[in-house]
Amino acid sequence: MEIIDEIKKDMLFSFLSKGRRADGRGMMDFRKIVVQPSPLQNAEGSSLVAIGKTQVIVGIKFDIAAPFPDKPDEGILSTSADLLPLASSMFEAGPPSDESIELARVVDRGIRSANTIDLKSFFIEEGKVLALYIDIYVLDHDGNMFDASALAAMQALLCTRLPKIEDGKIVRGEYAGKLPTKDKVVSCTFGKLGDKVFIDPSLDEERGMDCRITFATTPTHICAGQKGGWGAFSYKDIVELSELAIKKGDELRSLLRD
Amino acid sequence: MADSAPKLLVDGKRIDGRALDELRPIKIVARVLNDAEGSAYIEWGKNKILAGVYGPSECIPKHDQSLYRSIIKFRYNMAPFSGLEEHGKSGPSRRSRELSKVLKEAFENIIISESFPKTQIEIYVEVLQSDGGTRCAALTAAAVALADAGIPMKDLPCAVAICKIDGHMAIDPGKEEDNYGESDMPVAFAMRNGDILLFQMDGMLTHEELVQGLQMAKKAAEKIHKIQIDAIRKVYDEPKEERLLLIK
Repeated sequence: MEIIDEIKKDMLFSFLSKGRRADGRGMMDFRKIVVQPSPLQNAEGSSLVAIGKTQVIVGIKFDIAAPFPDKPDEGILSTSADLLPLASSMFEAGPPSDESIELARVVDRGIRSANTIDLKSFFIEEGKVLALYIDIYVLDHDGNMFDASALAAMQALLCTRLPKIEDGKIVRGEYAGKLPTKDKVVSCTFGKLGDKVFIDPSLDEERGMDCRITFATTPTHICAGQKGGWGAFSYKDIVELSELAIKKGDELRSLLRD
Repeated sequence: MADSAPKLLVDGKRIDGRALDELRPIKIVARVLNDAEGSAYIEWGKNKILAGVYGPSECIPKHDQSLYRSIIKFRYNMAPFSGLEEHGKSGPSRRSRELSKVLKEAFENIIISESFPKTQIEIYVEVLQSDGGTRCAALTAAAVALADAGIPMKDLPCAVAICKIDGHMAIDPGKEEDNYGESDMPVAFAMRNGDILLFQMDGMLTHEELVQGLQMAKKAAEKIHKIQIDAIRKVYDEPKEERLLLIK
C-alpha cells in the first residue's frame, strides 16, 4: 500500500506541476455531480448523490425522544456515517471507524451551525421532543466523501416530511407538511500537494496529497471547517479558499431542489 | 394479534390486489457500483436493496483461511432508515446475524470455492428500504452481484417466500401478509436441479399445504431467474460508460 501511495504521489505531483489533473479537470472544477431527491419512501427524507464515482445515500428518520437536560426545549439532531464495506475494499464491517466519525461530525457541524433546522420547533411537550436522525451511507468511495455527504444530507433535508404527531406519538406513514429549512449548507473540499491546491480530490489524489481542507458554507457565511492530513495550508490559502468555498458552494447549491 | 389482523384476502384478491400466485414487480440492475468487483440493485415491490461483492482475495484474518477452498463471508444489513417505523439501531441485530448465516450457507453450496484456496469472497447486502421479503430479495440480488464479479458458480440461485393468508397458500408475502399471515416460508432454489439452498419456516402448515407452497415457489422462482439472467445480459448488451445507481 505504501509503495503504491508513493507512486501515486509522484504521478500526482508531475501532473499538478504542469497545472493539470489526471482526469483532465481544471484545478477548481468538480467532477460530474448527479443529485437524486427522495429515492426512498419509508424514510421521512432521502437523497442519493454522485460526485464522479463517489456515491452516497442519505436517509432521514424522526423519533420521539427525551431532550438533553441542558436544552429541555430543543429537539435532537443526530448525524452518523457508515462507510459501507461494499463501497471500498478499504472499508471493513464493524463499529464506526475514526474516519466515519469525522465525516459525520463535519457534516453535522455545518447544518447545526447554520441553524438550517430550527430545533426549537421540535418541542412537543415537557420531556418530549422530536429527534431527527441523518444517516449517511457511503455506497461507493472514489474520494471526497465530505462534499458528497454534505450535499446528500442537505438535499435529503430539503425533501423531508414532518411526521404527524397524535397524543405525543408519531403516526407512521402520515405527515404534517414539509420540514422548514433555512439556509442551504454545502461543503467544498480542497486538497494540497506541495504548493498546488485543487478542489474535489478523487481517491487517487487523496492518496497522494499532503492535506485537505473542508469549508461548509451558506450563501453568506462559512459555517464549518476541517483540516485533515499531515501537511499544512498557508495563511494565504485559508484566506483565499474560504472565500472561494462560498462561490463554488453556490454552484453546488444550484443543484439542490426544494 | 389475530384480533387486530386486517382481512388479507377479499374475493380471491390480496390487499395489494395480487392473485395468490402473483409476484410483486421485480426490477434488477447489475453493475451499479464502481469499487465493488460485482454489484446489483434490486427493487422487489417496495424493497430497495443493494448488493456488492469482493473477491476472491487474500483471506484476512489468516486463521480463517482454508487450504481447500475460498471462505465465503456474507453480511446482511438493514439501514437505520429502511423501515417505516422508528430509526433502526446501529450494529448487527440477532435477526440480521441469523440471516447473514443462512444466506452465506446458501452460497457456500453454489460458489465453486475449491478453485480458490486460502482466499475469501465477501458478499455485502444493504437493505435501503424494506417491505417484507428482504432475505429473498437479498439472496436474489447477491447472486446477480456474484455473477457480475465473475465468480464461478454452479448455478444462479434465487429465492421467494410462501405464506398462508386467510387459509390459502400464496407466494411472495408483502409486509402486512408477513406480519399477520398464518405462516411464512422463505425458500431458495438452485434452478438447474431444483435443489433447495435456503429453507426457513414459521407458523402452522399441514403437509399438503407445505408441498403446495413449495410447488408455487418453484414456479415463481423460474420467473425471478429469468429477470436475473436479463439483468446480467443487459450489462453486456447495453454497456454503460459510467456506473451509477439510479433509484426512481
